[in-house]
Amino acid sequence: MNALELRNVKFSYGENAFAIENLNFAVKEGEFVAVLGHNGSGKSTLARLANGLLEADGGEIFVLGMPLEQKNLYEVRKNVGVVFQNPDNQAVASLVEDDVAFGAENVGLPREEIGARIDFALKAVGMEKERHATISRLSGGQKQRVAIAGVLALKPKIMILDESTAMLDPRGRREIIDVVLRLNKEEHITVILITHFMEEALLCGRAVVMNRGEIVMEGAPAEIFERHEELLTYNLALPRIGQICKGLREGGIAVEDTLDIEKLAEEIARCVS
Amino acid sequence: MRIVAEHLSYTYNPKSPFATRALDDVNLTIEEGEFFGIIGHTGSGKSTFVQHLNGLIRLPASKKRHPKPPKAKRGQPALPMPKLQVGEFDLASKKTDFRALRKRVGMVFQYPEYQLFAETVEDDVAYGLKNFAEKKLTPEETEAAVRAALEIVGLDYNQVAEMSPFDLSGGQKRRVAIAGVIVTRPEVLILDEPAAGLDPLGKQEVMALLHRLHREWCKTVIIVSHDMDEIAENCTRAAVFSEGRAVCCMPPKELFKRAEELIGLGLDVPLTAKLCAALKRRGIEVDCDFTVGDFVNKVIALKGGQA
Repeated sequence: MNALELRNVKFSYGENAFAIENLNFAVKEGEFVAVLGHNGSGKSTLARLANGLLEADGGEIFVLGMPLEQKNLYEVRKNVGVVFQNPDNQAVASLVEDDVAFGAENVGLPREEIGARIDFALKAVGMEKERHATISRLSGGQKQRVAIAGVLALKPKIMILDESTAMLDPRGRREIIDVVLRLNKEEHITVILITHFMEEALLCGRAVVMNRGEIVMEGAPAEIFERHEELLTYNLALPRIGQICKGLREGGIAVEDTLDIEKLAEEIARCVS
Repeated sequence: MRIVAEHLSYTYNPKSPFATRALDDVNLTIEEGEFFGIIGHTGSGKSTFVQHLNGLIRLPASKKRHPKPPKAKRGQPALPMPKLQVGEFDLASKKTDFRALRKRVGMVFQYPEYQLFAETVEDDVAYGLKNFAEKKLTPEETEAAVRAALEIVGLDYNQVAEMSPFDLSGGQKRRVAIAGVIVTRPEVLILDEPAAGLDPLGKQEVMALLHRLHREWCKTVIIVSHDMDEIAENCTRAAVFSEGRAVCCMPPKELFKRAEELIGLGLDVPLTAKLCAALKRRGIEVDCDFTVGDFVNKVIALKGGQA
């Protein structure tokens, strides 16, 4: 079954503003998908449409087979958790525990169940020790893990990370990616990862590229990154290793396109000796 | 303006259970005209250091009439007086004119677009200018300065001046925020993670903008960054911060030869440095300055030399 499906979706922020004309996108249950695209290509709009934060002007959206409509909006939101970009403006409480409980309290779960959900969520993101900590004193990576825990406490089937690693340092980024990879594998949560970082996209099973509100490329991440010329036409810069491959070929060293450092070193060694 | 820091130390929340040592005996000199990089992971003290440079964090000595050197731990030799000289400004002195200093040392924080506040782009950019002006500026003077600042950051004054800054795209907002700092024509421009959160093309544009500012507008540019490739491609020299200390300071060409040391400090190295290491294991030495262009040229030369 598809965890999420958008069929011929139309959306506009108003006259002369950014608009999606016809978006078709499907994610299978248990998948780990990366969504790439330059700033303003419609990635965040996609995330907001998928859990009903924005209402589509036309077309259909299905979440776990349910059509997304006004009457089942809360059911959909329980199943689609979104983690946003800024670690500093997602917390609603000052203590970790209270913040994680917020969503679960709002859907009216019994007290004992909330306690159990907090235990589960904090354990899943590796933050049990910080249960009673003050959020403002945590690092960016830790704050984002608390945000993920808050989403997890609702036991969603689908998680969307909308550039949730963009404001973190390399260590914080690694923390978040490790957590979502594990959740995908162990809890079978469907993950949609919106990102600019090639290294993160490479860890996903599938990647799609968005441009002007449409999906324009799709495939295994390594395969997509090797289509250098095509990426350039969608205003995506070549990853650095791609620039090196291209430069070497232009200089008469016939290396094959690759994203792997060892493999490129091997290629260079083969060509120069 | 030459920047000289000697024995700089700083503790947040001193004499409390939350006391954290952020800087620990930092000694660093940044020459006029450099495009300087500061690297180190979160909590290494790099932000605390740059906030000293325009007096956002003051040296304790600058608040006292008769400053005493910091107390040493029992049984250890007395600590020397911390010193910080930025051009002609002595930041350890109570008499320093911090307002004049801040006009000449511009600071662009992380995600500066979150600090935009005015109703129009023109008002936002003019805000710092008006506040730093020694006498009241005429509307013509203000307009000319704002126009020049917007133009150097690559925006069209006639097009954006009357717009709300909140209606601009992310990359444009960041440019407006930078214009609001450089409008006072600072000699030193400090930027904390100027390219963070942008897509790869946006990053390239911001770095190109900083080089343009460095050529035409500000003598010295200092960037704080996590992106080692960015440091390798752009900086004349870079300092590595770790646990509150400036552990080394040298041109990227030499710095990234010490890849193993950096990895030991929990830092990354540029892609080119990783490639050089992988080639070395295969018996091929590439002596490059770790920029993509130079790496490619050196490898091509290698082939030419053997053919």
